[in-house]
Amino acid sequence: MPKNSSILISGGRIIDPSQNLDALMDLLVENGKIKSIDRPGQIPASKAAYVLNAKGCWILPGLIDSHVHLREPGFEYKETIETGTRAAIAGGFTSIACMANTQPVNDTPYVTAFIREKAKTVASCRVYPIGAISKGLKGEELAEIGGMVTEGAIAVSDDGVPVMNSYLMRKAMDYAKAFSVPVISHAEDLYLLGQGVMNESSLSNELGLRGNPSVAEEIMVARDIALCKLTRCPLHIAHISSAGALEHLKRAKEAGLPVTAEATPHHLILTEEAVRGYDTNMKTAPPLRSEADKAALRQALAQGLIDIIASDHAPHGLVDKAVEFDQAASGVIGLQTTVAVTLRLVNDKIISVNRWVESLTSNPAKLLNLNSGTLKPGSEGDITIIDPDKTWKFSDNDILSKSNNSPFIGWEFKGQVKHTIIGGELVFGKAHE
Amino acid sequence: MISHFLSASELSKNDIEKLLFAARAFSTFMRKGENIGLLRGKTVVNMFFENSTRTRVSFELATRRLGGNVINFATSTSSVQKGETLIDTARNIEAMKPDCLVVRHSSAGSPATLARSVAVPVINAGDGFHQHPTQGLLDAFTIQEKLGQVEGKRVVILGDIAHSRVARSDIAILRKLGASVAVCGPPTLLPPSPEALGVEHSYRMEELLPSADVVIALRIQTERQNRMQIPSVQEYSKIWGLNQQRSNLLKPQAIILHPGPVNRGVELDPEVADGPRSVILDQVSNGILVRMAVLASVCSREELGQWLVEQNNFGGENA
Repeated sequence: MPKNSSILISGGRIIDPSQNLDALMDLLVENGKIKSIDRPGQIPASKAAYVLNAKGCWILPGLIDSHVHLREPGFEYKETIETGTRAAIAGGFTSIACMANTQPVNDTPYVTAFIREKAKTVASCRVYPIGAISKGLKGEELAEIGGMVTEGAIAVSDDGVPVMNSYLMRKAMDYAKAFSVPVISHAEDLYLLGQGVMNESSLSNELGLRGNPSVAEEIMVARDIALCKLTRCPLHIAHISSAGALEHLKRAKEAGLPVTAEATPHHLILTEEAVRGYDTNMKTAPPLRSEADKAALRQALAQGLIDIIASDHAPHGLVDKAVEFDQAASGVIGLQTTVAVTLRLVNDKIISVNRWVESLTSNPAKLLNLNSGTLKPGSEGDITIIDPDKTWKFSDNDILSKSNNSPFIGWEFKGQVKHTIIGGELVFGKAHE
Repeated sequence: MISHFLSASELSKNDIEKLLFAARAFSTFMRKGENIGLLRGKTVVNMFFENSTRTRVSFELATRRLGGNVINFATSTSSVQKGETLIDTARNIEAMKPDCLVVRHSSAGSPATLARSVAVPVINAGDGFHQHPTQGLLDAFTIQEKLGQVEGKRVVILGDIAHSRVARSDIAILRKLGASVAVCGPPTLLPPSPEALGVEHSYRMEELLPSADVVIALRIQTERQNRMQIPSVQEYSKIWGLNQQRSNLLKPQAIILHPGPVNRGVELDPEVADGPRSVILDQVSNGILVRMAVLASVCSREELGQWLVEQNNFGGENA
């Protein structure tokens, strides 16, 4: 389909929390932007070059993943901007933010510019770089945050490596205010987690694996919230995983601090029990937690205490994963399964569909100051269409990422991404049935 | 369906009793000086990714006494350091068509990972802090031999429980056989919730020793990096070591075990390690017998069953 043409999406249910909209409506995209939304049949088909029948489907603002590792530059054997974004559109994402732990680290304007330039030529979706907080993620000196923001960085984070130095973290939060970008925290106390490779519990004891206690996260969340109170810099807690940390988050939000948090599909669906077989695809950082932690995360997501669902897509090759559990790299891929995995929470009536859409659209857009995550006329023509009733099974062969370290291979799901539209262009899904 | 031997927790009471029974039968039979050919024509590969002379030699002798062949594959580097995956290593060994892999590894779960990747039975010879099931069996065998039975006995395990595969295997096996188990050591070396192990715990061994029938002292790691867990070897020895004075609190018949090698003067004073209560060298001898039982049951289950019946029919004393 040629770009800048027009598409009429008809017969579907538009769910757009940014305008409190949940109704059967038709939608017209024209010249890359949302043109209009109207009652079914009100927009004449003659207005559009092409009509997409969305009967039985949900029409959502294009989904945004605020936490992805694209691995390029430096670790192209795990993932590239090209392969990662191909997985993203198949998973319904129209925008993704990529973390700075590449090689070289995205800690200078040059690396940020490289990612932006490379994305222009090879990426299937919009790519927003997240710059490092510290040079080389070493936690010693500030990275060139101003320069990176100038080149298009939309947030800063040392994700993958917690910032242990509280002085540096404070200065980063002070400095970031000048550029209106949030600081994203990978909140774990490295001394306390020690050599822990799974959640500390009676199970870690039984399995003979060193434990990483959930208080290692709780302490850092508490510290970063205290620094947020001091600096008033917007703080975002990445992949929050423990009930204890949620208590701090709750108090911070009640106090009106500019704090947000995200949870990953794997922390919302799996528990430490998944580690029992020493499957390294169940090894994540922070680790999969207890049943009680999982329940607390779900409740916090339902109540809006957790703002965002983010995949923390973390591709790793066989040399990183087909090894001893304690030696294996942490992380799982998630771009293609985030929608289906977290739809389970909607299907099981744990969260409302509105909350679910919000956590993948308007909330991440707000965090990253993006002009998307909405279907308001005039905004970007980024749209995700989901068939909520389609049942399917996720298999190895479906994986578009360069790595296949998914904990969900073989799982059956209800609800599948049918079309992904970016800037008015159909980039994923069949144009004709 | 391949039968692996990976964890003491997976064994039922019946499994344990059968293995101990077979070990006793081997003991009796070997006193007659005859050969047992249960592994004749079979090749056992000892894959030791972590240094261990005594466990490797014990498995090697056990295999030979059953008439089998042994190949030793030893490397102290992990697959990661070699740039090869653990699965690659396993497939390479598997391609040599062995009948059984005996695996020792410093990373917990590695024998289980290998067992999933190869079509050969795997015996766990110790993995990280996780399990050392043949050690658990040989400790049970030794207690049975010295005290007549395990059931009803009070067993106290001393030392670094949190980082001990021996403790985990002993607790699983001895509890299934009806012993009551308590652990004692500095809080830094006990698991975060010892109750989850199904055992009692105390920080003062004086409270536990008077009622003990068996004391199992564990080797502690004395390396410097453990100084956040133990202030010094001297302090450990003074407060947490089993010396003559403390061992006097024990019942007259109580015995003392240690998986070896002993840090003399640290967890056990020399006069205790070499004293009349010590059964440490018996443990070493018994290790060969229980490993024979495990190897035979994993590699030649049916033949082992037949052999045991024959022993019984021809005047064996194992009934």
